[in-house]
Amino acid sequence: MSESGNLAFEGSWQYSPAPESTEHVTVKADYGLFIDGAFAPAVSGEQYASINPATEQPFAQIAQAGVADVDRAVAAARKAFDSVWQPMPAAERGKYLFRIARAIAERSREFAVVESMDGGKPIREARDIDIPLASAHFFYHAGWADKLQYAWPGRAVAPLGVAAQIIPWNFPLLMLAWKIAPALAAGNTVVLKPAETTPLTALKFAELCQDIGLPAGVVNIVTGDGEAGAALANADGINKLAFTGSTAVGKSLIRTLAGRDVPYTLELGGKAANIVFEDASLDEAVEGIVNGIFFNQGHVCCAGSRLLVSEAIAEPLLERLRTRIETLRVGDPLDKNTDVGAINSKAQFDRIQHYLDIGREEGATVWQGGSAAPTTGYFCRPTLLTDVAQSHRVVQEEIFGPVLTVQTFRTFAEAQAKANNTPYGLSGGVWTDKGSRIFNMTRQLNAGVVWANTFNKFDPTSPFGGFKESGVGREGGLHGLRAYLKAEAMV
Amino acid sequence: MTDLTLPDLRRLTPVDPIGVSERVARLCSRSIKSDSKREGLLRVLSMIDLTTLEGADTPGKVLQLCAKAQNLHASMPGLPQVAAVCVYPTMVAVARNAVADSGIAVASVATAFPSGQAPLSVRLDDTRAAVAAGADEIDMVISRGAFLAGDYQQVFDEIVAVKQACADAHLKVILETGELGSLDQVRKASVLAMAAGADFIKTSTGKIQPAATLPVTLVMLQAIRDYTHDTGRMVGMKPAGGISKSKLALQYLVMLNETLGERWLNKTWFRFGASSLANDVLMQLQKIETGRYQSADYFSKD
Repeated sequence: MSESGNLAFEGSWQYSPAPESTEHVTVKADYGLFIDGAFAPAVSGEQYASINPATEQPFAQIAQAGVADVDRAVAAARKAFDSVWQPMPAAERGKYLFRIARAIAERSREFAVVESMDGGKPIREARDIDIPLASAHFFYHAGWADKLQYAWPGRAVAPLGVAAQIIPWNFPLLMLAWKIAPALAAGNTVVLKPAETTPLTALKFAELCQDIGLPAGVVNIVTGDGEAGAALANADGINKLAFTGSTAVGKSLIRTLAGRDVPYTLELGGKAANIVFEDASLDEAVEGIVNGIFFNQGHVCCAGSRLLVSEAIAEPLLERLRTRIETLRVGDPLDKNTDVGAINSKAQFDRIQHYLDIGREEGATVWQGGSAAPTTGYFCRPTLLTDVAQSHRVVQEEIFGPVLTVQTFRTFAEAQAKANNTPYGLSGGVWTDKGSRIFNMTRQLNAGVVWANTFNKFDPTSPFGGFKESGVGREGGLHGLRAYLKAEAMV
Repeated sequence: MTDLTLPDLRRLTPVDPIGVSERVARLCSRSIKSDSKREGLLRVLSMIDLTTLEGADTPGKVLQLCAKAQNLHASMPGLPQVAAVCVYPTMVAVARNAVADSGIAVASVATAFPSGQAPLSVRLDDTRAAVAAGADEIDMVISRGAFLAGDYQQVFDEIVAVKQACADAHLKVILETGELGSLDQVRKASVLAMAAGADFIKTSTGKIQPAATLPVTLVMLQAIRDYTHDTGRMVGMKPAGGISKSKLALQYLVMLNETLGERWLNKTWFRFGASSLANDVLMQLQKIETGRYQSADYFSKD
């Protein structure tokens, strides 16, 4: 039983295990690369194992793409662009996108389970957030496919060609949807490289493309590590690069693209401030803080990883927050009652532990709550770091785990200054009962997305992206679609 | 219970209804299966205030209710008893006799239930009469008119007076949240009632729609949590009206479990005010035991 003040949780009424069934899921023992409409092994024959981070067991064998494979994929995408996809009437392209959206929704349970097993995220989140949003992105963009001329009136709208896309491991299918849906809607063909540790839903998506009869070569999936990603960015035939991932890799990609006519969008790291004023609805703010940092084990680029709380309410707020955290259930990602699943990989688990060590050395007080973590698998209990300062590395650097730093502020100006005082500028949160204060603060935050009295809300119609080291360009909405088009003024 | 003072109700933490509904949705996504479901349903049974509050109530009807309270389903031995029977003051004596020393409490609504629109002296007499007839618990209504008019002192003083009239009987204060207009008001009324000495706070009379809802209950549970934190005194919670299905009752139980936790998870601190919930719970328990749903005709309707 865990205690918090007068309260005690996980006492005599325990929730029985409620595992989502895996019976309806078919995962092959090994997967090739999806190029030109068919699966094929890598030229080198190399494979690696995708690990289930909750069990540490191999999940499937995955092909490791090399330069030759990537070149073949880019060539297939080029051929499909020239011969099929671009000549096709836009309304017909739209139909394919609608079909993809429908097929994802129809197979949502299977996608959700695979996503959870391959990446460690709680089935509740995969089921309620990742997969429905992925489907929604295709629905949204399907609608635009034959209306682009109306979105940019007076401009000659045309696709770019072959889009190279590299996505991260935190929202595998959702990030795929963010990338592929606008690319296809705009008339491009794609070569997508999923993250090394989470390729499964992208490969299931490839099967889905076959099933719905998407013309060969329109979507190509090449799996592998960072080298495969570098090969894709270096490939001669690409006309666009879209990347979501770490700032370090984003910088190296820009170097790769220097001097080439390849437009790019980068969605990189973040260290978002969640600012709670003294007049905020405390319990609802606590809920937002929890959703902000413990959603997807904190593997969220826009996570609210820095809590900035008014000194006047710091004590009651933190007490409520600790109490709420005590009720979080850490464990089997496939259990429908799990709130915090497995850390995505051994490497990320080690990285988080390393940051906790840095925090301790810097003088932070480390508090962990929630249910006990399983001993097998990579698990990290929800963590608060208090007694931290703006100068500490744990406050400045992106940890990408269920770790929240807590700082207090006294005035509006101090909150605003601290919130902006990082190399990042992706997202932010403001909690106050006072409407004017919301607008005043959001105007002054150097962040691409700011939520007021809520956090981590996503919608295909809303542009998403960052300032400073959080990236270049926007994804989602018309802003995101624009990045996959030429739209030259008609004279 | 002397020296009670009305707290400053202007300085309460605001409640964001959208945030509350999101938290409720998250709580409702808990999957309660197998042993936890069985255990939860048994707890629900033990927390029910089996209720009949009709103009048409007769001693015969109340006797049947009391029989059911003590023996929920003859073919399933070992079931818990319900916590209490809840009746009008005129029926308290009948109920008192019927439940005798079974351990089931007799609760009576009082204070000109459900409107409370009678002079205070009448409401106090109503309360004393119910207690004298043998009520262990009194479910009073607050003066919603005075509350909405901002006359918090009057509402406060009336609760204090009723509490005094209750003597040793436990006092449940019905806020009638369906008439209060907002969750901020629900929190305010909760704070006021607890400060005035309520042993329990209760959502509704069941005569006004909406009656108990999950968002309202969450706000009241949070108010209890904060009050207990500040004063050390535990206060009970009773959602009432409209809770007739097991699934919904389990959602309330999950909410209780994850808001106030273990110490409140029993009939001393939590009640369901319900008339038809018990049978639905019995049907579910039967289903767990036998794997089949039985017709409603296999469960007594009293």
